[in-house]
Amino acid sequence: MEWFQEVLGPAWAPVWTLAKIVAIVLPLLIAVAYLTYAERKIIGWMQVRMGPNRVGFFGFRLWGLGQPIADAVKLMTKEIMLPTGASKALFLTAPVLAIAPAMAAWAVVPFTDRLVLADVDASLLYIMAITSMGVYGVVVAGWASNSKYALLGALRSAAQIVSYEIAMGFALVGVLMSAQSLNLVEIVQGQAGGFWQWYWLPLFPLFLVYLIAGVAETNRAPFDVAEGESEIVAGFHVDYSGMAFAVFFLAEYANMILIAALTAIMFLGGWLSPLPFLPDSALWLFAKMSFVLFCFLWFRATFPRYRYDQIMRLGWKVFIPVTLVWILVVGGFMQTPLGYLFH
Amino acid sequence: MLNRIKYYFKTFLLIELLQGLAVTWRHLWAPKITVQYPDEKTPQSPRFRGLHALRRYPSGEERCIGCKLCEAVCPAMAITIETAQRADGTRRTTRYDIDLTKCIFCGFCEEACPVDAIVETRIFEYHGEKRGDLYYTKDMLLAVGDKYEAQIAEDKAADAKYR
Repeated sequence: MEWFQEVLGPAWAPVWTLAKIVAIVLPLLIAVAYLTYAERKIIGWMQVRMGPNRVGFFGFRLWGLGQPIADAVKLMTKEIMLPTGASKALFLTAPVLAIAPAMAAWAVVPFTDRLVLADVDASLLYIMAITSMGVYGVVVAGWASNSKYALLGALRSAAQIVSYEIAMGFALVGVLMSAQSLNLVEIVQGQAGGFWQWYWLPLFPLFLVYLIAGVAETNRAPFDVAEGESEIVAGFHVDYSGMAFAVFFLAEYANMILIAALTAIMFLGGWLSPLPFLPDSALWLFAKMSFVLFCFLWFRATFPRYRYDQIMRLGWKVFIPVTLVWILVVGGFMQTPLGYLFH
Repeated sequence: MLNRIKYYFKTFLLIELLQGLAVTWRHLWAPKITVQYPDEKTPQSPRFRGLHALRRYPSGEERCIGCKLCEAVCPAMAITIETAQRADGTRRTTRYDIDLTKCIFCGFCEEACPVDAIVETRIFEYHGEKRGDLYYTKDMLLAVGDKYEAQIAEDKAADAKYR
């Protein structure tokens, strides 16, 4: 490594950063591919089907593990169609706008206390800011397609994401009150001490709100009115095909994984092991993320889609009051000798 | 009042949602009922209505007498028949076409036939690569009948006592 440093000279820093970015994004893309596989398998099983089990490697079926690769190749070789009435520049910018925040947010996600690309002091704020950008991709896509379905989907999605962002933000206010820090590494370190010390317990209502708002933020079932296959065919990405569609897909699943990682970090103790005598490791983080992702798929297999006004009611009239009340409870207790319960 | 409190408890503890999740959780582990089609196949009834066939008598004489009952009963108007008198004085079809892209596989032609000439076989895995490939002429239908006569006769015999 030092040899490289000498050879590259001043170019070393950007090259090293680029290498780190690739080291995060590449596994993320593979995780996205296999999340689609896991989704089809798990939802299949829950519907007493088998899910994809044909496409394998080198003539072996391998439980259909080749399916995401085949899907990716199919999407890459398909034509990207431009609708005649579409605004071409915006139409092609929208997928980029959707995926860029989903990837950029990973810069501050800590895998362990040292394994983090950018250890920013206000990383929680950065996460909130960057993930809010994701809605632009959806809105621009819906607008640029010049289609009624796409516009309706984009409108729904914009309203939904903006509403649930508030509940989500308030849920995180509870976390930062408990952790007394905006830094994700310090938030996790504040949860040290095993399963019962993690913030899911003292902040249980906020944990639930965050999890459900996370499902809504990523436009997943039962909050997938933005896509709403049965009403507005595919919502904002109805006019997208080929790789442009795949990028939206990628962004949705990358966001799912991001929300899972954030839930694990904020409420489930990040890389900390649940039992004090087991060593802490990034593997714990991945296990917790897998659990949250499984819950996402489980919800999709279980719940029917919310009606649109019900989504709005849940967001504004249930989640926001609940989070506000619990923030008051946490704040109140912190003024009493019982405050240690919430730290 | 009490009902209202009960309602709030039920809603905020997500009890009904958890019950729903429990159902899907049980099904996650349930044995899967998928029939893996090309490897496994579901059993077929002798009455299965698939690809059509024109049958012959054991002597090799074709059964169809050109009465056009099937053409008349066909709700999709998929059958086209033309007839002529043969040298021995009997009436036979000169043309017997079924357009399988129109056919709805209702089996009325089979029911209408007084001589069991037109039948529907168990074959459902046929295909065409051009649109015209699914326009079956008399020769093609007779060829299907000749090839699968054993199976057709067996199915007819199995179903005969219910007719």
